Amino acid sequence: MSTTYQESPSRVLMKGNEAFAESAIRGGCRYYFGYPITPQNEIPEYMSRELPKNGGHFIQAESEISAINMAYGAGAAGGRVFISSSSPGIALMQEGMSFACCAEVPMVILTVCRCGPGIGGIQPGQADYFQATRGGGNGDYKIPVFAPSSIQEGSDLVFEAMELADKWRNPIIIFTDGLLGQMMEPVTLPEHIDVASSKDIRKSKAWALTGYGADDSSRNTITSLRLQPEVLEKHVHHLFDKYTEIEKTLTRAETIGIEDCDVVLVAYGIVARITKEAIEMLARDGIKAGLIRPISLWPFPHSVFDKISNKAKAVISTELSMGQMIEDVRLAVANRLPVRLLSRTGGMIPTSLEIAERTKKILATM
Amino acid sequence: MFFAGFGGQGIMLAGQMVAQAAILEGKATTFFPSYGPEMRGGTANCTVIVSDKPISSPLIHEADCVMAMNAPSMLKFEPALKSGGLLLLNESLIHQEPKRGDITVCKIAANDLALGLGNARAANMIMLGAFVRASGIISEKTMTQVISDTFGKKKPELAELNLKAFQITA
Repeated sequence: MSTTYQESPSRVLMKGNEAFAESAIRGGCRYYFGYPITPQNEIPEYMSRELPKNGGHFIQAESEISAINMAYGAGAAGGRVFISSSSPGIALMQEGMSFACCAEVPMVILTVCRCGPGIGGIQPGQADYFQATRGGGNGDYKIPVFAPSSIQEGSDLVFEAMELADKWRNPIIIFTDGLLGQMMEPVTLPEHIDVASSKDIRKSKAWALTGYGADDSSRNTITSLRLQPEVLEKHVHHLFDKYTEIEKTLTRAETIGIEDCDVVLVAYGIVARITKEAIEMLARDGIKAGLIRPISLWPFPHSVFDKISNKAKAVISTELSMGQMIEDVRLAVANRLPVRLLSRTGGMIPTSLEIAERTKKILATM
Repeated sequence: MFFAGFGGQGIMLAGQMVAQAAILEGKATTFFPSYGPEMRGGTANCTVIVSDKPISSPLIHEADCVMAMNAPSMLKFEPALKSGGLLLLNESLIHQEPKRGDITVCKIAANDLALGLGNARAANMIMLGAFVRASGIISEKTMTQVISDTFGKKKPELAELNLKAFQITA
């Protein structure tokens, strides 16, 4: 990159949390329900101030369980809903996510991940990979999960997710962490979209519960209850037909140099950025390291792993957890190459230098 | 760069203003604050990167510059400086000498100078002025603009005070 590098002049300096909140509004969010939790408190603060100015509604719920059920109601009525929380708060929302998937109620859920288990700590973490991609709600359901690694990407993904949730009639999770939520960097915000008025919701969302007046024949029903096994089985198959389509269209990853490399580092979110710098350091030491950065955590970009060079000695899952994404990495690599873990946890974040050094150590054992 | 001090000294604002100035100069920048159960009087620091190329990691393991507003900050961040790096220290509150001989040290009696201007809270802008002139990372002109934009909108007299503080070490 030359020194004449110039960024776009329309950039504004924003905290991640605030940029994500603003992008949700610009993507049509008019309903936000939340309960405070660090490190995402700037979001409810921002929404309480900015949403009413945009014709929206902010409600501070009495708990996260309440917040997601408010989201369930507003989404069922056809409103564009965005909610946010952090790890232990997301844990409380999991039941509601299962219900929303079954009832096909759209909503966008942002998690600004901190470290656990338990109340844990408030520093950045990625130990909620399972929570987001597997979920703790009951039953067969899936939620697309996107993990941005910059404020710009997060802002763009939140904006897009508002549309995707409606399109697929399913919750969408945006998975970030305390570092991305708290840091500031320049961002170019998306343009505001036109939002359907309450009267027009029925035109775009024929399924929504908008009231039927005197005509009971046009009554819509939204439920996650199906007591007859044959009816429920058919419904679950319908959901999974949808998930198959989602896997085809929403699987996303960034790769760098994996076709010709000595080792591949797999990292997502903020860790992918630190890893990119580590890869440059390794290159200076004559080690060719490639990068796979899953942008969609579910659907996981399995097929990208087929492109990894045969001369790669190892695939290293680099994450802020004791090894969660590594299970997907192992499935994707399918025993073709050794898979190793490079991890920090508890709110500790490796520097690029640490990732480079530990990669060298792993390679030395191969 | 690490900017560090105790909560209430305006460290976060100073760091954000450097990031804002970098945007005006068309550069890439990131700002990452320490966060947690913060309070006035507790420790506060932020990491600011300004670069001519896109920034990968917003974290640094060695710094070109450290601005230390109090003694604990100097003790914590002096070892993180690169050889030849710049240490700006607030000698109104730091009464010990830095340990390293391979760095450039710039001492500013920021609190005393700020009191001379009639407002102790301007100490951060005094340090920012010294930072801009000693490091050359941001031009004085851009930073002057950022100070006017930051304070002038609400209270023009605050912009004037802060510009005076910014210029005091010139």
